Amino acid sequence: MTSGVVVDVRAGRVREIASGLGGLRGALIPILHAVQEEFGYVDQPDVAVIADVLNLSVAEVHGVVTFYKDFRRTAAGRTTVAICQAEACRAVGAVALGEHAKRTTGCEFGETSYDGRITLDEVFCFGNCALGPTVQVGGRLHGRVTPGRLDALLGEAR
Amino acid sequence: MRVFVPRDSAARSVRADEVAERIAACAQESGGGQAVEIVRTGSRGMLWLEPLVEVETAAGRIGYGPINPEDVDGLIAAGMLDGRGKSLGLVEELPWMKRQERLTFARVGVIDPLSAEDYEAHDGMSGLRTALTMTPAEVVEAVVDSGLRGRGGAGFPTGIKWRTVLGAEADLKFVCCNADEGDSGTFADRMLIEGDPFTLIEGMTIAAYAVGAAEGYVYLRSEYPDAVATLKDAIELARTNRWLGPDVLGSGFGFDLHVRVGAGAYICGEETSMLESLEGKRGMVRAKPPIPALQGLFGRPTIVNNVLSLATVPTILASGAKAYADYGTGRSRGTSVFQLGGNVARGGIVETAFGITLGELVNDLGGGTASGRPTKAVQVGGPLGAYLPVEQFGLPMDYEAFAEAGAMVGHGGIVVFDDTVDMASMARFAFEFCAAESCGKCTPCRVGAVRGVETIDRILTATAGTDRDKHLVVLEDLCELMTDGSLCAMGGLTPMPVRSAVRHFGEDFNA
Ligand SMILES: Cc1cc2nc3c(=O)[nH]c(=O)nc-3n(C[C@H](O)[C@H](O)[C@H](O)COP(=O)(O)O)c2cc1C
Ligand code: SF4
Ligand code: FES
Repeated sequence: MTSGVVVDVRAGRVREIASGLGGLRGALIPILHAVQEEFGYVDQPDVAVIADVLNLSVAEVHGVVTFYKDFRRTAAGRTTVAICQAEACRAVGAVALGEHAKRTTGCEFGETSYDGRITLDEVFCFGNCALGPTVQVGGRLHGRVTPGRLDALLGEAR
Repeated sequence: MRVFVPRDSAARSVRADEVAERIAACAQESGGGQAVEIVRTGSRGMLWLEPLVEVETAAGRIGYGPINPEDVDGLIAAGMLDGRGKSLGLVEELPWMKRQERLTFARVGVIDPLSAEDYEAHDGMSGLRTALTMTPAEVVEAVVDSGLRGRGGAGFPTGIKWRTVLGAEADLKFVCCNADEGDSGTFADRMLIEGDPFTLIEGMTIAAYAVGAAEGYVYLRSEYPDAVATLKDAIELARTNRWLGPDVLGSGFGFDLHVRVGAGAYICGEETSMLESLEGKRGMVRAKPPIPALQGLFGRPTIVNNVLSLATVPTILASGAKAYADYGTGRSRGTSVFQLGGNVARGGIVETAFGITLGELVNDLGGGTASGRPTKAVQVGGPLGAYLPVEQFGLPMDYEAFAEAGAMVGHGGIVVFDDTVDMASMARFAFEFCAAESCGKCTPCRVGAVRGVETIDRILTATAGTDRDKHLVVLEDLCELMTDGSLCAMGGLTPMPVRSAVRHFGEDFNA
């Protein structure tokens, strides 16, 4: 079965990543970042492989994966749109901007649009607090984002 | 001829990259024999002027901003590359810059952050060179004498912390830099790392020499990808230059430095939670004692300091402890890097001696609100800091004066709100944030935050009079319980924004 082969290939690659970084002090979080960077999320079978390489229990690794918001358990949409919802951006309309984004995409924060195009997220501060509202689209930061500008950015996101 | 365009992520968020590209293209097209070198710098911190382009002239650097990519052709046609046309004048002479005393931020926005030559040409490495001629104990005492206090929030004297680590016997010691900067309204750590990363590296190396540490870690939040990339590049360059490695500056002293990227947990800015995270674990807060100075990373004696604390050490060593301590007021010595954000006309970085008043910062430098409406409140010191009304604008920026007013300076972030803000919703958000970011170790914080949201909702739906007053009493009891019963300042300080909102803006809690 092809899917079995795919799983094996992924497991092999995860083992390679984990072994490559395993020598670092406190290697688990760098390994999880690297796995997510390559595959877009950390799958449950990855957890077992990483636990094996680091000689940790699956429960321990699972506990770390679920503690940190950055680590996804499923694939995200093609473009992630993260809207700052922290105080300084709230002072210049970030809550209304967030509501606008939810209406436009049909997503709540943390959800992916039905066509798999966009994942909408909230973040608490990008360190761009003098030029808010701040939005990150596919890793790029945008300041002073109005609803109109957000629509344009969402439209460009393919 | 040199043109400076910031590469700071705030400047990039308003299209600085496109401006730089357009200048390069335009200079090429016009091809008037002028070779234009574009230098990407950090930001001067006048963020409302970004993208701010500077052109080198015989008189100094002339500024143009804010510039849209579409404006570039016209500006160049009007002689921008020779410092002509409609400019802001000399950047160093702008009132915003003149009002400041830039010690920690002296090079930010001025130099190419990844040029070792630029760094040395602007006094870089002179602090470390001086330190290496002293004994470790002398370096520690210099930091004590400077009066430097931790810039991460708690304001603990940095030199005293170092003294403890120096005195601890161990096979291995660590220096950890807290670059988690999770507080909303704060961005100075990010700007320093993006604009002058060698200063942080130099400061950490001095710290390591002072206490006998061999390894250092910078815990940098994942929300700052540009800072991560810049710091990693800077560390590589520092190794190449032997500013890091087994034989720092040929002194025989060895120290190496590594970046660890956080994973989206606010609580990992708390120092013991950060250490757990650096060890590869969940960011659960540790009970103190033992203190990290004695049993920190992997149980070894560890310095944990904020980016700005460490980045201020080079100037202290280079110019002397006394020169630094001469700035400031009371027990708040030296300069602090204040950050103006939110609904403010002129947002950005203000480095100046402690003692400047809140009102001078918000009104004189910040120019009031961006919306032009009256200012209603400012939140100082991040999400765990108090909301203050304009009546308190006479408060000097000073750790003790703020504590007396039931507020805190924290990391120096000041967030401005105009009169459209609803303070009950901000108080509710403080609880929501705590509920979302609590590490879950202790009940007052984990459960209290959730109860707090519910209680505020009840206050807002209650009929005026007794019902509402009853819920306000419950809210006050809850705040007291969280303040007294929480293991760390996440739960312990969440009542600060809440109580200050009730105290100063009680009318917003009427349904
Ligand atoms: C919830 C919480 C979040 C914190 N976040 C940060 C942070 O992002 N950066 C920081 O330097 N200190 C932060 N601190 C303070 C640290 O625990 C610690 O006091 C500081 O890193 C010590 O360095 P300093 O003495 O140089 O300030 C936080 C504390 C708490 C309770
Ligand atoms: S106060 Fe909150 S964040 Fe701090 S230890 Fe307790 S549960 Fe964790
Ligand atoms: S509060 Fe939105 S970027 Fe800081």
